[in-house]
Amino acid sequence: MKTIAELEAIRERALQKVNLRNDRKDGIRIVVGMATCGLAAGARPVMNAFVEEVNKRKIQDITVTQTGCIGVCRLEPIVEIYMPGEDKITYVKMTPEKAVQIVNEHIVNGNACIQYTIGTEEK
Amino acid sequence: MELVRSHVLVCGGTGCTSSGCEKIIKEMDLQLEKKGIQNEVKVIRTGCFGLCALGPIVIVYPEGAFYSTVEIEDVKEIVEEHLVKGRIVKRLLYEETIQDQDTIKSLNEVDFYKKQLRIALANCGVINPESIEEYIAFDGYKALGKVLTEMTPDQVIDIIKKSGLRGRGGGGFPSGLKWDFTAKAQGDQKYVACNADEGDPGAFMDRSVLEGDPHCIIEAMAIAAYAVGANQGYIYIRAEYPIAVKRLQIAIEAAKEYGLLGKNIFGTDFEFDLEIRLGAGAFVCGEETALMTSIEGYRGEPRPRPPFPAVKGLWQKPTLLNNVETYANIPAIILKGSEWFTSIGTEKSKGTKVFALGGKIKNTGLVEIPMGTTLREIVEEIGGGVPDGKKFKAAQTGGPSGGCIPAELIDTPIDYDSLISIGSMMGSGGLIVMDEDTCMVDIAKFFLEFTVDESCGKCSPCRIGTKRMLEILEKITNGNGTLKDIENLEVLCKNVKESALCGLGQTAPNPILSTLRYFKDEYITHVEDKKCPAGVCKSLLAYTIDPVLCKGCNICAKQCPVDAITGERKKPYVIDNDKCVKCGICLEKCPFKAIFKNY
Repeated sequence: MKTIAELEAIRERALQKVNLRNDRKDGIRIVVGMATCGLAAGARPVMNAFVEEVNKRKIQDITVTQTGCIGVCRLEPIVEIYMPGEDKITYVKMTPEKAVQIVNEHIVNGNACIQYTIGTEEK
Repeated sequence: MELVRSHVLVCGGTGCTSSGCEKIIKEMDLQLEKKGIQNEVKVIRTGCFGLCALGPIVIVYPEGAFYSTVEIEDVKEIVEEHLVKGRIVKRLLYEETIQDQDTIKSLNEVDFYKKQLRIALANCGVINPESIEEYIAFDGYKALGKVLTEMTPDQVIDIIKKSGLRGRGGGGFPSGLKWDFTAKAQGDQKYVACNADEGDPGAFMDRSVLEGDPHCIIEAMAIAAYAVGANQGYIYIRAEYPIAVKRLQIAIEAAKEYGLLGKNIFGTDFEFDLEIRLGAGAFVCGEETALMTSIEGYRGEPRPRPPFPAVKGLWQKPTLLNNVETYANIPAIILKGSEWFTSIGTEKSKGTKVFALGGKIKNTGLVEIPMGTTLREIVEEIGGGVPDGKKFKAAQTGGPSGGCIPAELIDTPIDYDSLISIGSMMGSGGLIVMDEDTCMVDIAKFFLEFTVDESCGKCSPCRIGTKRMLEILEKITNGNGTLKDIENLEVLCKNVKESALCGLGQTAPNPILSTLRYFKDEYITHVEDKKCPAGVCKSLLAYTIDPVLCKGCNICAKQCPVDAITGERKKPYVIDNDKCVKCGICLEKCPFKAIFKNY
């Protein structure tokens, strides 16, 4: 270890790995339905895509987590996004590609991807 | 970079290791692989979470689900339900964390953790102690970097002085002063040393810090070495702490590899090397002069002070010796400043103290509280109170060197000076809770047995005095004591206290003196009425069979290990109290509750 900058570089790299371990209740939450119905429809790659994209973009104060059956099994994989101070938005029939798009457009830029939401699907 | 969506933290402290966490980790890996999600979920072995009574403990993030007393059969359920399907396994959750139907409370809101403030234990149970990178992620080695590149040794000592930090090993000597003395001492070679020879029965704070966050001690010792002008350090740890030793070794090697130990640390001229010295587990080696003699390779015996270690320590060179927990506070003080540290605690005792809660208490484990927290808060709120509806009788702090705090003083704030004023001491942090079934004479006897065993024998007040004190206590608990014995005991205590060579002997009478101070009536009952009010002292109690209730079933006679019970079937049985060893098995086994313990 020769410089503080070197230490800082290790710190940043390592922080990404341990960031998950925070008891935070605020911030953005991405919740993936991972019950049998969700898994059968392909929720796991969706979950992984979210984790990967969030890490790639180094987004802070965000939790990617899973939940049980949300209730509309025919529309799985379902993902719910909670932004602080905003209404929950529910995305249905998710794919890893859609997940990447949602992180970029909805979470980073703040424009919900209306075309994938449950409201659009059920019209 | 590896990407995982979930972290499974399994406590790998000694407490959870003995309740089987290794098997849980193995099974977890197996089940994850079975489900094919081993790349998505990371299993991490951490240090102690503190709630040792509930081990093995498993915490799953990001949900923060706290699973307690996990059995090997439960692992499959956690993997299938929680990690695969995202359904938290409610039945395994620590009940305090269940908020309502669907939500779980954050751990910080649980009674056990709510009143705690973790500085020394900040990383315990959070990081993987075998990974230097995880320590760095939580600001590890930042304080060392700051000290080496921005501060002079005097500035470092100044911060420690201003922080008001006092030695956490028990004595409570101001750490900044100790550092200052060592820095100012003349010598071509200086050393820093860490006292990890935690020997009090019921104390495991230092072990847990070393197991959960070993790098923090390495960093603090390097800072101390820079401040006092040393380039070599020793950690004296007992061989009875194998997990702590192993993790320290891994940590030291990793620190060397990353250039955080060795030459030219952070590109400066500062060099520092660290070695582990294993102790064989003698209590006296926790005394500083004995500890240093032992590091030098001789038999661990104390020597008179002065000269203090700061002037003549290891190999007659100036040596800075601090306790593990004292060191554990250093990086945080450097990073957050002395003002932050002085804002915590009481007027003369700053910061926090780690206690190992044990004895008759619900939440056995490790707690860190701000100084000035009352004993009541620790016992009733954090500790969850005395189990089985029993009454709190006393708490013992400071182990064999400390004393008892009776129930009427339960609102005493815990800090160095308050504890000394009521005849106990902070000690290294063992806190043993006793309920109404505890005999205070027996407790004093227990601690005296310990000090008699551990006395090194170098000075006669300790070698002979403790033995005589124990003999008087035995006489009293056997029912042969007289009032004169109690008087003699008190005189002897005072003599040993004043004349023993080292801390071990000087404090050995404390358990007797403090129980005499608060529970003298119990001593007198033992002597005058030949009775033990708590029903502990075996010679003073007798088991009897109620002839009316006894149905003559013969069960007690069959169970009795010494054949002290005789009788004819279907007629009342009798216990021969000369043969009886007072084991109490008959009382437990009698189906008709016809056997009574009389005391």
